[in-house]
Amino acid sequence: MTARVVMDAAEADRALQRMAHEVLEANGGVDGLVILGIPTRGVPLAERLAAAIERVEGVPVPVGQIDITMYRDDLRRHPTKALGPTRIPVELERHVVVLVDDVLFSGRTVAAALDALKDIGRPRAVQLAVLVDRGHRQLPIRADWVGKDLPTAADEHVAVALAEVDGETAVTISRPGTEGIS
Amino acid sequence: MKHLLSINDLDLTGATTILDDAEEFSEVQQRDIKKLPTLRGRTVVNLFFEDSTRTRSSFEIAGKWLSADVINMSAKGSSTSKGESLRDTAMTVAAMGVDALVIRHSASGAPSQVAGWVDCGVVNAGDGMHEHPTQALLDAFTLRRHLRRVHGPDASFAGCRVAIIGDLTHSRVVRSNVLLLNLLGAEVTLVAPRTLMPSGVDAWPVTIADDVDDVLPEMDAVMLLRVQRERMSGGFFPTPREYTIGYGMTRDRLQMLRPEAAIMHPGPMNRGLEISSDAADGAASRILEQVAAGVAVRMSVLYQVLGGNQEGER
Repeated sequence: MTARVVMDAAEADRALQRMAHEVLEANGGVDGLVILGIPTRGVPLAERLAAAIERVEGVPVPVGQIDITMYRDDLRRHPTKALGPTRIPVELERHVVVLVDDVLFSGRTVAAALDALKDIGRPRAVQLAVLVDRGHRQLPIRADWVGKDLPTAADEHVAVALAEVDGETAVTISRPGTEGIS
Repeated sequence: MKHLLSINDLDLTGATTILDDAEEFSEVQQRDIKKLPTLRGRTVVNLFFEDSTRTRSSFEIAGKWLSADVINMSAKGSSTSKGESLRDTAMTVAAMGVDALVIRHSASGAPSQVAGWVDCGVVNAGDGMHEHPTQALLDAFTLRRHLRRVHGPDASFAGCRVAIIGDLTHSRVVRSNVLLLNLLGAEVTLVAPRTLMPSGVDAWPVTIADDVDDVLPEMDAVMLLRVQRERMSGGFFPTPREYTIGYGMTRDRLQMLRPEAAIMHPGPMNRGLEISSDAADGAASRILEQVAAGVAVRMSVLYQVLGGNQEGER
């Protein structure tokens, strides 16, 4: 496996720290904000972002998660997937949603998340924060806040590992080869 | 999962996934917009050769909330009453391009036979005296919620004791429930007059008891099954009154239950026969929760049958 680390745990922390400031600056504080992670790794990232925001402002910001399995456009291409939990801690109507995911790639996950949100309520606005933007969008979607812009080839594999899920935090990029991809 | 014909089609992981997903679907039930796009463009036909308002409507709602097109067909007024065979009826419906058939039939094994004839998915919605897997799943779902309320969110079925009391011979619910509860790790005790015990019950993974009063104080949950009116003239027990005295969940028996025990009944109930109104409407009753769980569990089953690529290729 020729995996190269492009972001270590400290860099990820600094990126989230900066994104927290950016979110606060753009929204003028935590008032009316809700952070929603997209499972699996968007959820711990959402919690980290919310914690970083709280460290800056001293006020907790509501965190939840939104599962997009039932909104995927490729459901029938895969074996049936188990559902993840959807937990929305606030009335969406009066809130600005910050969606959080680990990697922004084709944009299809985010499109599915927007569809899912629409069925739950009508937020005032939806913003997108991702740890890594690796390009190759297939839909007109962009992130408002990006931890790291990572130019990649379409056939490269970007993996985000988080301490909460994987035991350690690192973003790695690997080339497809005979050894296969993780 | 291509079909759900019997609880035997499920392993522990499969059954747990259905229950876990049903929790998520029941959250959707609380929303203003109770609609998911998951099965858009899929067609589900409810093929009911036997009346069942409750099961049919809950499959119908489940399919519609997943955005499937749901069509109800009943045997009455259909070609079946004109003498068409089960095979021809099933093949005809399947030939219209249906993605799943939900079948209720008075003959045990009918859904399994149909599954062998057609290419689409088949869900058993109750066949004769054989099985009713979605009922067992919704009972388990309701029971798991109850256990989690009582013992905390990590409560499991391990060590949970469940009594099933009633007409066990003619019940398809009991078979599915015994299989599923056993798979999940619960201990099942069956109580019924010997005349209403299914044949071959000795080989089932259950404890058999004769005296309800001995069993009740031990149980975490009691499932009462309907004593079918049409059986009363069959000589299975002397009179309805004697059945109630021997096996009914009367007000007095209610006092014998542990305070946290649950009372369940798949419906329709014969109040005053196998269950008193005190039991059916009391604090221990989970009967209405069972009905509500029916939709979420059937959404979960339809999602398993139709949601993914059934060939298993990626």
